[in-house]
Amino acid sequence: MNSLIPLLVAAPLAGAALLLLGGRALDRFGHWLATAFAALSFGFGLALFSDMLGRGAEHRAVTQHLFSWVPVNGFQADMTFRLDQLSMTFVLLISGVGTLIHLYSVGYMAHDERRRRFFAYLNLFLAAMLLLVVADNYLLLYFGWEGVGLASYLLIGFWQHKPSAATAAKKAFLVNRVGDMGLSIAIMLMFTEFGSFAFGPVLGSEGAVGAAHQASEGKLTAIGLMLLLAACGKSAQVPLQSWLGDAMEGPTPVSALIHAATMVTAGVYLITRSSAIFDLAPDAQTAVVVVGAVTLLFGAIVGCAKDDIKKALAGSTMSQIGYMVLAAGLGPIGYAFAIMHLVTHGFFKAGLFLGAGSVMHGMDDEVNMRHYGGLRKYMPVTFVTFGLGYLAIIGFPGLSGFFSKDKIIEAAFAKGGTEGWILGLCALVGAAVTAFYMTRVMVLTFFGEKRWQPDEDGNAPHPHESPKTMTIPMVLLAFGSVFAGGLFAFNDSFLKWLEPVTGHEEGNSPLAPLTVTLLTMACMLAGVALAYLMYGRSPVPVVPPVGSPLTRAARRDLLQDDFNHAVLVRPGSALTATLVFFDSRGLDGFVNGLAAAIGGLSGRLRRVQNGFVRSYALSMFGGTLVLVATTLLMRSV
Amino acid sequence: MTGQLAAAAVTTDLAAATGRLAAAAGATSTGEAVQFWVLAVIAVGGALGMLLMRKAVHSALCLAATMMALAVCYMAQGAVFLGVVQIVVYTGAIMMLFLFVVMLVGVTSEDSLKEQLKGQRFAAVLCGLGFGVLLVAGIANARLDHFTGLSEANAEGNVPGLARLIFTRYVWAFEVTGALLITAAIGAMVLTHREHVKPPKTQRELAAQRVKDNIQLPPLPAPGVYARHNAVDVPGLLPDGTIAEDSVMATLRERGQIRDVSQAMLRRMAELENSTADWLGRPSSERPEVAGPRKSLEPVPANGKAGAAGKDGATGEEGDE
Amino acid sequence: MNPVNYLYLSALLFTIGASGVLIRRNAIVLFMCVELMLNASNLALVTFSRMHGTLDGQIIAFFTMVVAAAEVVVGLAIIVSIFRTRHSASVDDSNLMKL
Repeated sequence: MNSLIPLLVAAPLAGAALLLLGGRALDRFGHWLATAFAALSFGFGLALFSDMLGRGAEHRAVTQHLFSWVPVNGFQADMTFRLDQLSMTFVLLISGVGTLIHLYSVGYMAHDERRRRFFAYLNLFLAAMLLLVVADNYLLLYFGWEGVGLASYLLIGFWQHKPSAATAAKKAFLVNRVGDMGLSIAIMLMFTEFGSFAFGPVLGSEGAVGAAHQASEGKLTAIGLMLLLAACGKSAQVPLQSWLGDAMEGPTPVSALIHAATMVTAGVYLITRSSAIFDLAPDAQTAVVVVGAVTLLFGAIVGCAKDDIKKALAGSTMSQIGYMVLAAGLGPIGYAFAIMHLVTHGFFKAGLFLGAGSVMHGMDDEVNMRHYGGLRKYMPVTFVTFGLGYLAIIGFPGLSGFFSKDKIIEAAFAKGGTEGWILGLCALVGAAVTAFYMTRVMVLTFFGEKRWQPDEDGNAPHPHESPKTMTIPMVLLAFGSVFAGGLFAFNDSFLKWLEPVTGHEEGNSPLAPLTVTLLTMACMLAGVALAYLMYGRSPVPVVPPVGSPLTRAARRDLLQDDFNHAVLVRPGSALTATLVFFDSRGLDGFVNGLAAAIGGLSGRLRRVQNGFVRSYALSMFGGTLVLVATTLLMRSV
Repeated sequence: MTGQLAAAAVTTDLAAATGRLAAAAGATSTGEAVQFWVLAVIAVGGALGMLLMRKAVHSALCLAATMMALAVCYMAQGAVFLGVVQIVVYTGAIMMLFLFVVMLVGVTSEDSLKEQLKGQRFAAVLCGLGFGVLLVAGIANARLDHFTGLSEANAEGNVPGLARLIFTRYVWAFEVTGALLITAAIGAMVLTHREHVKPPKTQRELAAQRVKDNIQLPPLPAPGVYARHNAVDVPGLLPDGTIAEDSVMATLRERGQIRDVSQAMLRRMAELENSTADWLGRPSSERPEVAGPRKSLEPVPANGKAGAAGKDGATGEEGDE
Repeated sequence: MNPVNYLYLSALLFTIGASGVLIRRNAIVLFMCVELMLNASNLALVTFSRMHGTLDGQIIAFFTMVVAAAEVVVGLAIIVSIFRTRHSASVDDSNLMKL
């Protein structure tokens, strides 16, 4: 049964290779082929899942050695796969949601002439992400990590004829490189410190203590911070968050895939997977928590101000991933909740994005929410599924977001002390803001008066429901949004499922769980009410008002690009300009000056070589004269 | 050549006698002194003449005079054999070779007086003067008051003495010199030799080639005008009075040594017309125009090489008249 | 008269020859000047021979003549071949070796 593990990765990889190499012959049915490969991977995942359930909790983690990748003495990198409860969760999420997004894309990309290539990239994305989560050592994980970066680059820039898309892809790639550098440095540190980078020897496995437990805290902190940097890059956490908003330039299914099932979850996976290191390095853990909390609020604030539906959802993603990172930074109290929120978020965020894509599909690719309004009558299925996703994300009681987010807020308070209070309050505020901006999105899009107008050519959009291939995934994901949380929370089943991998401990919360839940409810209701008062009661202006300075800043992504430009780009350009100046004037000037001096001297000396033999004879005669004179003088002295 | 040898033999005896005389004393005899001054004037004069004459032939002749003077100087100093060799080999053979080459290159080619290199002449004169002063100063400073004389060395005759040295002490140098001469001869041959890459064309092939190329199938026009000039440098005249370049050989054309007599002939014709008109009493307006003399020949484009119009060609108008 | 005068004559002739090499442009005349210089040195050698009372100086003068003959042969051959290709015996016309 374990031999199926490599096939998890191989199936979408084969699909990608087939589609890329197959040529135009596959244009007609290539998208179905890719979907089939994704579904096949999901099927393998289900089979392995049932197999895993059949074993006892202690025997669920399995490894499968495929071959020795880099067999060098002292440097052993193996193509070994590890499937434990954590990996299993991710595999099912990635392949399941990924398959649904494939299916959705069949409808969404129906008229794109490069559809085959798009599906090949989607399959490549799935393969890289699956490799990332089933790898048994950090190097293999890094392989998948880079594959994800590559696939995201290709997909974000899929409509490369648009300069904005090409720029966004480049930006995502470059920002990710910063994080990738962190991961590579972390792997190198691991190798120099522990002599290995496989999960077992480093992190410890059943009954065996990993090398990390013997290492000094300083080194572990360094490794932890580097891993955090990597996670920041991939998961769009502050300070490497700037690529996420621009990544909306990609086709909407790509956004759904990046935000729900792959890519951004990789950072959370990395932190959770490296829990052994973070648990032993409290400083690194604190850094993780701070990053999570800051990103949580950052993303939420940005989400409030955006009029572009996809960018509002992108801010939301950033915020929700911030929740996950916050939870993962809490240590064993929060790992399971981080993953749980990740899974539930995977459902409802995929649903929301697919819904947004459906709205855009019906509105002729209009993304400005101020031009929507009253769409619930035109696209009921989208409205219902999007609404369920909305309720899930704001944490409406009984839906999946409620269970996972509530647990995270509880865990934040359970951290204890001042730290716990600050984190808990951040999370509570985040919940309120989440409710606010999601309600805003909902109201602006589906309620109120219709606000779309004909464009210059007089073509008014005709909102309509999307085809079956698009609505079916949305419906399925809506089911997930509604029921997943309850399923996981029931009898703490998810907690117990993950406990062998991540461990779990109950914190000592200063507040009773019920109090936290009520507080969360109150915050959520406050956010919803405020949003309804602002956008639901009065007509929404089509042209956005100027707004407060905070709003203007939030519209510009809280000045993240300006910050990067001022702090990184300007000094970098200035440094480059200085170096270029020194190089061209200083070094080149010296060298060129030397060459010019020698050239000028040679030019003058060349006149001597006039080619006339008599002139040469004259110089010879002059030389003889000098010689004779010298000889005579020497003799006479 | 025989005369030269005889003259040399006579001088040999004379010089040997004076040499012996001089060797006995520290200084030379009065006769040799007189001879020296005469010869020195000739030699320096010849050398300066060689330096200053514009025509290479004149230079060569001046040099020959210098060499003859030097030959006598050699003999006067007891180097009888060298003196003879100087006359026979240098003046007789080498200078003749020079003259051959001068003729080959063009006897009339001469240096223009205009110096092309800036400051070359001034610097050369300056260097020459400086060098001369240095040499003279060097000789003057050297202690050269004692002259042994060659009476002992030439006791059994100059030639046997030289022969003894050449075939004993200097035999190696002598042999090497022989090799050098052979090498020089071969070198000269190689330098002036033109390799035939194709077998030379036969007369039939040449004729066929001419027909094919369609150039000048009939014989070239003959030189000479009105049967009055049969010199090869006088071109024949075409019916319109201009000269036929083809009638002069290519070498002369190349050197620009065509003697154009057409103008003179036309002038003679005009004079004849005039005298006839005078005799017949015609009015002067009906007399034909007398063509002005042509300045010189235009360069003849021969095989693309522009031959400069020689001065001889221009000045030789009055030629044989 | 002191035989040293022969040496002065030799120096004078040599200088005239050297100046001629520098002044004249006709390659043939140039060669003549070289010959004059060789002759001047021969005169000096003969005078030295007389001074020392040995014949070695004359021998060397003899060899000089031989070498001069060889030199003239080769040099004139060169002049002829240059004239053949360039139609000029002026050394100033053969200045293709410069830039």
